[in-house]
Amino acid sequence: MDFLMQFFDAYGLLLAQGTWDTIVMTGVSTLFAYVIGVPLGVALIVTGPNGLKPHRVLNAVLGWIVNIGRSIPFIILLVALIPFTRWIVGTSLGVPGAIVPLVVASAPFVGRMVEQSLAEVDGGLVEAAQSFGASVWQIVTKVFLKESLPSLIRGVSITFITLFGYSAMAGTVGAGGLGDIAIRYGYQRYQDDVMIAAVILCIVLVQVFQSAGDIAARKVDKR
Amino acid sequence: MIQLQHLSKTYEGSAETAHHALRDVDLAIADGDVFGIIGASGAGKSTLVRCINLLERPTGGRILIDGRDVTDLSGKQLLELRSSIGMIFQNFSLFQQRTVLRNVTFPLELRHEKKEPREKRARELLELVGLGDLADRYPSQLSGGQQQRVAIARALANNPAIMLCDEATSALDTRSTVSILKLLADINRDLGVTMVVITHSLAVAQKVCNRIAVIDGGRIVEEGLTAEVFANPQSPVTRELIENDSLSGDLAAWKEPEPSEGNRLDDPATGSLELVDAPGNPAVRLDRQGR
Repeated sequence: MDFLMQFFDAYGLLLAQGTWDTIVMTGVSTLFAYVIGVPLGVALIVTGPNGLKPHRVLNAVLGWIVNIGRSIPFIILLVALIPFTRWIVGTSLGVPGAIVPLVVASAPFVGRMVEQSLAEVDGGLVEAAQSFGASVWQIVTKVFLKESLPSLIRGVSITFITLFGYSAMAGTVGAGGLGDIAIRYGYQRYQDDVMIAAVILCIVLVQVFQSAGDIAARKVDKR
Repeated sequence: MIQLQHLSKTYEGSAETAHHALRDVDLAIADGDVFGIIGASGAGKSTLVRCINLLERPTGGRILIDGRDVTDLSGKQLLELRSSIGMIFQNFSLFQQRTVLRNVTFPLELRHEKKEPREKRARELLELVGLGDLADRYPSQLSGGQQQRVAIARALANNPAIMLCDEATSALDTRSTVSILKLLADINRDLGVTMVVITHSLAVAQKVCNRIAVIDGGRIVEEGLTAEVFANPQSPVTRELIENDSLSGDLAAWKEPEPSEGNRLDDPATGSLELVDAPGNPAVRLDRQGR
């Protein structure tokens, strides 16, 4: 008991700050990844071979961009993007410095996931909407996005947890967060107790977000 | 009046693989008709009906609706044409994440109609199809017959003069089939909606259609008054269809059940259908001008 009290006295604040930084980094990055990824996924579906507005060239170009984005290892991207990150947020350090590479790394991934979710929408529903005179925009917003909402929400929890893992790597460039703490205290200073505490916090956070995502998806699904 | 003139549809491919879904189809469907298009699967029925609202673009020929050539419509005019034609589908195609009410308001939402009038209209239509009390359910909570009733209400939302029915009863059991066919016949009689009924079942055609056309390999092989075609089929294709139609017996032998308590339980819609015929019932006043 004493040990725990002493431990929290010494590292409580540090771990709380790390937890908060991780949540902010991951949350804000997920948000921006979707701001880019949803239009990207929609564009992939709409311009696809069986899409509402098939466009071979545009579809191929978007596909390449997504594939290239997804094939660059995150740790490389992180370093390579430093000048770009500085230009966008003014620094390559700390939480803001981590958000830029996290968004760049995950937006193509989100684009594919959104495409996948939309592809699951029954083609019959799209045809029905067309038969009532729906425009392409109306089909996207009122049929594709609405009908795939449960699947999109499951995608958000997958993205969030993936970015959670990436954010630990961002710790290596001074991003802060739980991953940073685990690396600095556990790997570099051999303070196993701090590392274990940080890892336990990571496990708890992932479980919480996965469950929250599952509950939300189930709640909105009316099938 | 729907006129199809020399309509053809060829799916691109090499000389050997090009698929002629429709070949030189000529048909005239008069206002108020319940016009059946029958044929085996792959005969071109679905393509034909989808040409009427241009979900499929014909590769040759013309489509005239009330004398107006609509074949090459695009943009806003195309969307307006489609919204003036109702359509129902084999698998109902209801939006699973919307309530019954919001499925029926969907075509009105597309036209930016205000919430209150569109919901009022949708509730009237749900009364008309006998589902007034299920407005807040989701499609997954309904039986097949009830889902098709919702789809019919949705197809009527824009007061269409024409309704396209693509194998509307093929996914239903005999009992629901009979009640849906009766509803379609009522809508045709009371609202004067012209129906184009696609079916592989001759029994279905015989039950509701005043005229039928038989399609085979993308060609119309026979066309005429339903009774005459059945009494004296001219084409070997038609004769074969009549011989092979296993459902005929089933449907022909089917009698409207006595409206007893037990019958109403499995499909609440069947009982309330009678409301439509009741004189002075508000549902009957849903004529074309009645919005």
